[in-house]
Amino acid sequence: MANENSSIQLVTNGILKENPIFKLALSMCPAVGISTTVMNGVMLGIAVLFVQVFSSVTISLLKNFIHPRIRIPTYTLTIATWVTVIDLTLAAYFPAAYAQMGIFVKIIVAFAIITMRLEMFACKEPVTASFWDGLGMGLGFLLGMVVIGFVRELLGSGAILGYDVLGFKPLLFFILPSAGFFVVGLMMGFFNWIEAFYAERKKG
Amino acid sequence: MNRIKYLISLICLLGLVGFAASALGAGTEFGGDNEIIIQFSSPVDKVEAADPERYIVFEESDPDIRLRITSIEVADDGREAKLIFADPLNTSNTHVVNTSDIGGAAEASFSVSKSYLGYLISILISALLINNFVFTKYLGLCVFFGTAKRKETAKGMGVVFTIVIVVAVSMSWVIFQYILKPFQLDYLQIVIFIGLTSLTVQAVDTVLRKVNPVLFKSFGVYLVLVIANCVIIAVPLLMASNGYNYFETFMLSLGAGGGFLLALYLMSSVSERVELAKVPPSFKGLPIAFIVAGQFAMAFLGFSGLQLF
Repeated sequence: MANENSSIQLVTNGILKENPIFKLALSMCPAVGISTTVMNGVMLGIAVLFVQVFSSVTISLLKNFIHPRIRIPTYTLTIATWVTVIDLTLAAYFPAAYAQMGIFVKIIVAFAIITMRLEMFACKEPVTASFWDGLGMGLGFLLGMVVIGFVRELLGSGAILGYDVLGFKPLLFFILPSAGFFVVGLMMGFFNWIEAFYAERKKG
Repeated sequence: MNRIKYLISLICLLGLVGFAASALGAGTEFGGDNEIIIQFSSPVDKVEAADPERYIVFEESDPDIRLRITSIEVADDGREAKLIFADPLNTSNTHVVNTSDIGGAAEASFSVSKSYLGYLISILISALLINNFVFTKYLGLCVFFGTAKRKETAKGMGVVFTIVIVVAVSMSWVIFQYILKPFQLDYLQIVIFIGLTSLTVQAVDTVLRKVNPVLFKSFGVYLVLVIANCVIIAVPLLMASNGYNYFETFMLSLGAGGGFLLALYLMSSVSERVELAKVPPSFKGLPIAFIVAGQFAMAFLGFSGLQLF
């Protein structure tokens, strides 16, 4: 049991086994909406990481004082407080990036992934374990956003992080807003295919 | 009988709005994209009325920006003038036309606006189709993909969501308008709005459980999901940043809820068919749902030029 809850395992669980975007399919809105560039993905990923870690720790600290009947509203208000903190911080220090993300930073408050982790993990486990779990989930989300942003930016505008690498635009379609659905769908299918491929090889 | 009375008063209201004219004018309206039509109460001199120098036109919010008139057509009886502008007008804003030395009046002022009811309906249509929250703003996707598998669930979720969003956003408007704005507590927006939503969900849950247990059995499960829907927080934030009044807020929330219901219903109809289709094994489930949603999103782009009023 002690081995299962080791910090490294908790972090990798969030990144690979239960990746919020590709495996749990939660918090899809930003993955479709603003994943047009790597930079957007990094910024929003950091915001989610921050909110997830701090909310997990807060709830884990207060878990003995929260009445079970009102636990969901408590989670929501905790998340809302941390979202307000990151929202004001980003608006003050990174106004350009903040303007690009628009309403999506504020909407972190309604992300199912954060509430789910609080309900499933932080309200039962000790503080350190909750911290690592929050870190893993946040990093998993960050990674997912960066991967989608990388594919869309590279194929859509032939650039990475704003630097032109290809010199031409292979598929302009990918930068269009509605292509987000296609990219996420195709990538999910691709990951499923790889998984099935390796499972098959392991067996035979 | 009562209904007819309401209808008549509504029509009268419609006629009255947008009809704000001085002694010289009998009425104004927007013509084409770049036209304003002025009706005069008495015939005016055609040469006077056709002189662009005698008109000053601007949007009510920007009195300093004068709009350039290219030509003016005056009707033969001298009772109507059509001003043609160089650039298309933003017909959702109120325009002011000031005239000088026309028809014996030294100064006269007309205001041109679309009827308010039409404006409200255009907010509703916009939230419903043109800026559909699911397909063009990419919000509320978690709940969307979770519940768009059966038509029954889609309808239940959509209806519950619409009710909750209208109630929650109405309360948010009151709190925002009378508490947050006067005391400059704008930074508490997120906490207050999401708190009110939780409260509404809890209240609807309790009331429904007591009042109509049968309805609660079929709709109760969706109530928990409402809170995880990004649209529920996006609508009050939009309302706050646009400074909408209550009617506009009501229309926006109704459109957002209705748009979500529409999107869910469309998607669930397709999902039921996709289940029978031969989909490659690695694309079964969510991946194919995303690709279908992408096609819907592209179809909804077609609404972007829609302008009814």
